[in-house]
Amino acid sequence: MNCDEFVELVTAYLEGTLAPETEQRFVGHLAECDGCDRYLEQIRVTVAALGRLPEQGLDPDARDRLLAAFRDWPAG
Amino acid sequence: MVDAALPADAVVVARLRTRDEAMFAALIDAWSPGMLRAARAYVADDHTAQDVVQEAWLGVLRGIDSFQERSSLRTWVYKILVNKAKTRGVRDARTVPGLGLADERDDGPTVDPARFRAADDPYPGHWRSSPPAWPSPEDGAVAAETRRLLAAALAGLPARQRVVVTLRDVAGHTSDEVCAQLAISAANQRVLLHRGRAALRAALEHHWTREATA
Repeated sequence: MNCDEFVELVTAYLEGTLAPETEQRFVGHLAECDGCDRYLEQIRVTVAALGRLPEQGLDPDARDRLLAAFRDWPAG
Repeated sequence: MVDAALPADAVVVARLRTRDEAMFAALIDAWSPGMLRAARAYVADDHTAQDVVQEAWLGVLRGIDSFQERSSLRTWVYKILVNKAKTRGVRDARTVPGLGLADERDDGPTVDPARFRAADDPYPGHWRSSPPAWPSPEDGAVAAETRRLLAAALAGLPARQRVVVTLRDVAGHTSDEVCAQLAISAANQRVLLHRGRAALRAALEHHWTREATA
């Protein structure tokens, strides 16, 4: 496998959707290529950081309004 | 998203139907942050995203008594959210252009071909030089800078990539959930996720390379 093919298969690899034969070639290449090893690691770092973006909550006023609407909602 | 505090769907739905306010409060507290992120991928500003999430929760109230449980509760809630967000995005003229249509480039390399050796090289298709190392994400300042850069780069992604990356990597939904929420195929979802992630990695690389040579 070449590096330019490897970089396009990274997401399918992480999703576990590569065909077994392709996955073998992917993992084989990974074992011997420092550049692709780093590329994959940087994708992992990027994905992990996306999962830690600061969270925003609902405005407290909006939350109160929703709870009031819930309280007044006729039972089904 | 950490939903560990929430009971199983059937329990949540039953409690909502008996108008258990504490259950509703727990649900909106657990899911609204992710919903705000997802809404923000469609609309122009945080304020509008807040409106969209409120509208979605009111939609949940209207629908909960007839919810059929064919999908998970979260997927159903997010489908309502995505519909509200799309409607609002159209109204505000910053829509997700034709979500579901091939309106953006979905093919072509995600890494600049100039980074790889040419066909006449002894090692064609291999890196000319390895991607440069980044500063350690263990460093708090680096982590904070990374988050700032990613938030900006995410906002600059093509709309469909932005929505998929937000739902998958920011809000933590599974591939199956996102396909159901957006009514797109697994293959399409994977292409959008792949292109979005590659572009975000490239944005980080661009920044750290410039820092290193500054």
